[in-house]
Order: sequence, then structure tokens, then C-alpha cells
Amino acid sequence: MSQLSLQEKRKDSALLQLGGGVKEFVRDNMGILIGFLVLCIIISIVNSSFLTANNLLNVLRQTSTNLYLALAMTMIIILGGIDLSVGSIMAVVGVVTSSLIALFGAPVLVAVAAGLAVGVLFGALNGYVVATTVIPPFIVTLATMNIARGAAYVLTDGKPIRVMSDSFNFIGSGYIGGVLPTPVLYLVILLIICYLIMNKTKLGRYMYAVGGNAEAAKFSGINIKRIKLFAYTFSGLMAAVAGIVLASRMFSGQPTAGNGAELDAIAAVVLGGTSMTGGYGRIGGTVIGALIIGVLSNGLNLMGVSSFWQYIVKGIVIMVAVYADVIKRKRG
Amino acid sequence: MSDKLLEMSGVSKRFPGVYALKGANFELKSGEVHALLGENGAGKSTLMKILGGIYSIDEGKIFIEGQESQIHGVKDAQKYGISLIHQEISLVPYLSIAENIYLGREPLTKTGFIDKKTMVGQAQKFLDEFDLGLSANMLIHQLNVAQQQMVEIIKAVSFRAKIIVMDEPTSSLTDKEVEFLFQTIRSLKAQGVGIIYISHRMNELFEITDRITIMRDGTYIGTVQTKETTQEELIGMMVGRELTNYYVREFLPPGDCVLQVRNLSRKGVLEKASFELMKGEILGFSGLVGAGRSELMKCIFGLDSFDQGEVLINGEKIKIKNPNDAIKHGIAYVTENRKEEGLFLIQSVQYNITIKILHEFIRFFRVRSKYENTETNQYIQELSIKTPSPDQEVKNLSGGNQQKVLISRWLATKPKVLILDEPTRGVDVGAKAEIYSIMNRLVKEGVSIIMVSSDLPEVINMSNRVAVMYKGRIQTILPKDRFSQETIMHFATGGN
Repeated sequence: MSQLSLQEKRKDSALLQLGGGVKEFVRDNMGILIGFLVLCIIISIVNSSFLTANNLLNVLRQTSTNLYLALAMTMIIILGGIDLSVGSIMAVVGVVTSSLIALFGAPVLVAVAAGLAVGVLFGALNGYVVATTVIPPFIVTLATMNIARGAAYVLTDGKPIRVMSDSFNFIGSGYIGGVLPTPVLYLVILLIICYLIMNKTKLGRYMYAVGGNAEAAKFSGINIKRIKLFAYTFSGLMAAVAGIVLASRMFSGQPTAGNGAELDAIAAVVLGGTSMTGGYGRIGGTVIGALIIGVLSNGLNLMGVSSFWQYIVKGIVIMVAVYADVIKRKRG
Repeated sequence: MSDKLLEMSGVSKRFPGVYALKGANFELKSGEVHALLGENGAGKSTLMKILGGIYSIDEGKIFIEGQESQIHGVKDAQKYGISLIHQEISLVPYLSIAENIYLGREPLTKTGFIDKKTMVGQAQKFLDEFDLGLSANMLIHQLNVAQQQMVEIIKAVSFRAKIIVMDEPTSSLTDKEVEFLFQTIRSLKAQGVGIIYISHRMNELFEITDRITIMRDGTYIGTVQTKETTQEELIGMMVGRELTNYYVREFLPPGDCVLQVRNLSRKGVLEKASFELMKGEILGFSGLVGAGRSELMKCIFGLDSFDQGEVLINGEKIKIKNPNDAIKHGIAYVTENRKEEGLFLIQSVQYNITIKILHEFIRFFRVRSKYENTETNQYIQELSIKTPSPDQEVKNLSGGNQQKVLISRWLATKPKVLILDEPTRGVDVGAKAEIYSIMNRLVKEGVSIIMVSSDLPEVINMSNRVAVMYKGRIQTILPKDRFSQETIMHFATGGN
């Protein structure tokens, strides 16, 4: 009897794997998926221009910057950490890249590479300090947040750096084949990479292990330091991508860019059901979390709600959604 | 002696200021279950952590199968076929069984991704071998403690470990699960695996081990054949003196009913639990893990709510909505998880003892430390808590002394009913005897004690009566003349 049900259970899980994880994805994110769909339906009823291909691509494009950050943030939070510095890294990267092009006449590719390198350096600094000292990640990244923001102001003397370059502008505002916005293309690529890392590689597996039970990870011979170093460095890189895309879209590197972006990223991760204490979370959940934030602000814009009120609505939605999720998990 | 699997000789380990180990010796033959016995702080865990590559060795030599071996890290130990199963479960809660078994050495596909199919398949083979009825895809947090323990053992076996160290493997298992564990140990033994078994439970040592090595204060005391020794001899070697009376208990006729619980029910957890507690008695609560013993106590103490039933103190019905109500009515609850639910580990002994009675020392806004110190010192003396000073952080105390600090906190509230949940779990023999004598003194002073315990000898020797629970019900309440391990187990497994 029990043998039989066991076999069925196994067949069931085999089916799940065959289904490419779609079923699993729906099951893991049921609550938030429903919330997301309800939100979409309400907005499309109130405003008919929401459900057009153009607007939806627009939402995706607007969400992608947040998602670059949120994908890496998911890894770090699963690992049991946090990265507050990403918004400031966006600014310093944008400023460096723009200055190289506008003030030093560097080729766009070189400037972009330099910008990415700056992001990686800041991320590696975070990772190194978090991994090798006992300073909590919150404090470490709070410090680098200030350092990076300060560097952006120092480099620009507080003024935006204008860039007049079509090829630089294309990076963030171009379209592939006339339809697909470039930021969305990057998003798809990064999403695939992150999904593979978290679900198919040792690295991702070890992030869950370190966040879920650091002692067990240590006793299994896992190099915890290396994993932390990777995650924070990766987060710096993702912040750099976001910073460059943003600078490109604004035709300028601005020292104020990305202000508060780290909090939107954390909000997306938390909405997606990742545990703030580490050990549990899914990339797929974060995607929906970010989409909820994106759709919400898009919908409120379409309805003509002032951006001041949007903050209040966003705050309420985050609190209600996370509370509902906690209740659901307790019952389930 | 060619079948000598492991020999550790003259092993020393210094931590800043103290010797944790001083010339310790240990040897293990293949197919042998060899117990390592000693009080907490005797150096057993340190010795095993050196073997497992978690600590480095300061002095001494390790021979594995006759070869001198250097163990510099966890990976080295794994290479030599050494596997440690820790006291606290060291599995990752949100990974699957398969992922946990292969954590740190996942099979990879040619493209460098994890070969999930092979991994799950292999893990399933092991699970089936042990006939556990579990799927390798299940997540660890869905399993109960015993199943998690089995996963740990399978993990060790999957390394083709030649030496398996089990540190208190039964501390959270029920008797039935222990029996299953022992079967597993016997079959590992038959395959020639050497097992180092650490436990404070004497009856287990006599059941499963071949030899016993005793340690004290980081040094080697001696090795005995299990068949040729007695519990008294072992305890004598451990504490360095003869403990004449282990279970200290004088039975006096109990007084009137102090606490009465009537038909207490909580959906899915408790079903019409009723019992009476008399003044000056110890009422034991026995049952398997998950029978609802701690859940019942948590309801009485106001930590959980209940759907039906009533609680009476001295014949008067009382309302308990939260722990403060319970404390006001003279109920105290010493939790089974002292580290998680009981103590403030990074605070001082004094802080921990007086936290519930601070209002007694406060005038206006100021805590009058003179009175607080007096109170603390009184408990340190009465319960002979071994601490260098009242300001010592509790995390630095041994398990037994931590337990005494926790008991002190509740005694300070002058309770009429003291609920002790697994009062001697993870406590060494010497401290156990001391806790028993504290309990004995308290009941003589007129306190009534409810003792929830999975340690049957303890329940039998200390209780006036024993309530046995099964699936949320109180199956029976046995009087003293009907106490026996067999009778209690009969009711605990659902018998009538």
C-alpha cells in the first residue's frame, strides 16, 4: 500500500521535472501569481490602454532595471545577506561610463567595459569584506553605499554629465528588430543565466545551503567565502548593467541616479516569497514580484495618480502581499 | 591487531588559555561499536572534531588502517572515509534529501551542470535500501527529526565511510526509532564499518556497544569491554568518584489537588486531556515524540490556545490567555529547548535568573543591584551553579549549569506548579543527579512538579505517578506500583 503510493509520488515528481518546472513554478508562486493576475485585470478594466502590446513591452522595459538588481539580490538574500549598495553603484558606474565617453572621448565599448569593471570592483569589495570579517552585510553594504554615492558626486562635482552618442544611447533605448527593447533583451539573457545558476549548478545549490544552515555547509566542505564573494561581485556587476542602461536612457551620467533602487529590488525579492532569513527563495518569484511593482506603477500612471500617492499605494501593497504570503505559508 | 581501523594517540588541543584535550588516546577496530563516554566538557566532541578535520591537531598522531594520516580539513577526513553525524542535525532545510546527501560533491553532467537525474536516482537507491518509504525529492523540512537523522546516516553511508561518528544520535528519537537506528548500526557493523558512539544514555551503551572509552577533563581515563562493566563503574570513572545515589528521591504522601485540567482539547493536537496534580508530587509525563506532551504543557502555560476544556487551580477555574496569566497563578514552565526558547545566551547568569522578577528590585526606575545580587547568589549557591561569576555569559556554561540557571529563573517566581520539559536532556551525569536532588527538595517544600521526559528510567525513578500520552490523548495514569518500562511503552504505543 505505502509502496504503491510511494511509486505514485515518484512518478509525480518525475512528471514535474518533465514539465520543465512550469507546474512547480505555478505551485510555488500560487498566491502571488493570483495577486498579480487580479492586479492586471483590475487595471485593464479601469484603463483600456493597459492591455496593449506596446504598453506591456513598456512595463517590461521599465521593470528590467529593477530586475537586474533584484535577481542578484535574490541570490544574496537566499545566502542570508543583503546588498544596500546597488543603487549607489548604479550612479557611480553611470557617471564613470558617461565621463569616459563625453570628457575623454573613449569608444563606447571601452567605456561600458570600464563601467562594468567599476561595478565588479565595488561588488568584490562588498564580498571580500562580508566573507572575511564578522561585519554584518547590512553594515558593510551600508558603508559602500555611501562610498559609491560619494564617489559619484566627487567625480561629477554634483552635476550630470551629458553624453551625445547614438551608439551609447542605443544600449538602453534601442529596439531589436524594431520591437524588442534592448533592456528587455538583456533581461531575458540575465534571467536565463540566473535561473541556470540557481537551479542547475553547484554554486546555486551552495547558496541555499549556506543560507539554510551555514554549519552544515561548512561540514560538507563547502567554501563559504568563495560563494559570498561570488554573490556580491555578481550583484555589483548587475548594478553596473542597470547603471549603464539607465545612463544611456537619460543621455547622461547622474550622481543622483538609482537613489532608493536597492529598496525596490529588495521589495521585489520579498514580494516573490524569498525568506529574509535566508535559505529559501526562487528566481521566478522575484520576477513576479518585480512585475507587480512595475504593473502597479504603470497602472497608477495610466490612471493619472500622482507619483506622491504612488509611494503610499506601493507601501500598502508590499505590506499586504507579504502578510498574505506569510499566512498562506503557515497554513500550507 | 591488524584489524585496527583507527588509532589516535597522545592527542592534545589547546584553546586560548585552556587545554581541551591533553594526551587523549582512542582506538577503533573495524566492525566495532566503540562508545566515547564522559561528562560535558570532557573533550569527546573536541576529539571527534579533530578526527573530522574541523579542528586542527596540536600534538599527537592519528593512524588510519595502520598508516599515519594528516587530516587538515573536512575534505581530508572524507577522503579517509570518516563521517561525522552531529548532535544538532546539520542538514539544509529547503534542499531535498538527494541534494543534502550529495551536498559538496554533486555529480555533474558533461556540460558542468548538476546531474540531477543521477543524483536523485542514487539517493533513492540508498533510501530504498534502508526501506524508509521516502522520496529523494522530498525537502528536509518536511521530514520529522527521526527521518532527518536517518538521512544523516545515509549521507555517511553514501560516502562509503569506514568510520562513522555518531554524536548523541538518539537525543531526539523515540524508542521505536532508536530500535530502527540500532538495526542500522548492526548492519553497518556487519559490513565492517567502525562506529564511534557518543551518548549519555547508559542503557543504550549496554545494548549497542562493544567497548567503552571513558574521558574526563580532556584526558584518557580508560577503556573497558562493555560486557564486563557496570553502570556504577562507568559513572565512577566519568566523575572520578562513586555516585552513591543517582536518583535522589524521598517519597512523602502528597497533599490536596493543586492543579486540575479537564477535557483540554486543541484541534488535531490534543483530545480531552484530563489530569490532577497533587501538592508535593512529581507527575511524570511519558509518551513518544509528537504524542502531545509539550503541546499540552504549552496550553496550560498559555503559550498556545485551546479549543475546549478548563484549568483549575486549587479548585478554582482560571482563565489563561498568555504566559503572564499562568505565572500569576503560580505556574512555571521550563522549556525543553533551553537554548532556543529559554535562555538569553549572550546575557549574564544574573540577567537570566532575575529577568522574571525585576519588578521586585525596582524602585522608581532603578534596578537596585544590591538586592538583585543577593537573589542571584542565593540561587547560584542553592542549585550549585558552576560559574566563575554572576556576570559570566550563559553561553559559556555547560549544559547542566545552563539548565540550572533556567530552573532558577522560574524558581525565583515562587511557583506552586513547576512544569519541567525534558529537564535533563543534553545534561551530563553529575548535573543530572544534582537536578534530581533539586527536584526532590522542591517537592519536599510543597512545590508540585510536572516532569515531561523521554528518559524512561528517570520517569520511573522520580515520579509519584506517570501519565502516558498517545496521539494527543492521555492514555492512562499509572500509579507507582505499576511502573515498568514495558507497561509505559505499551500505553505509549497506543495499547489499552
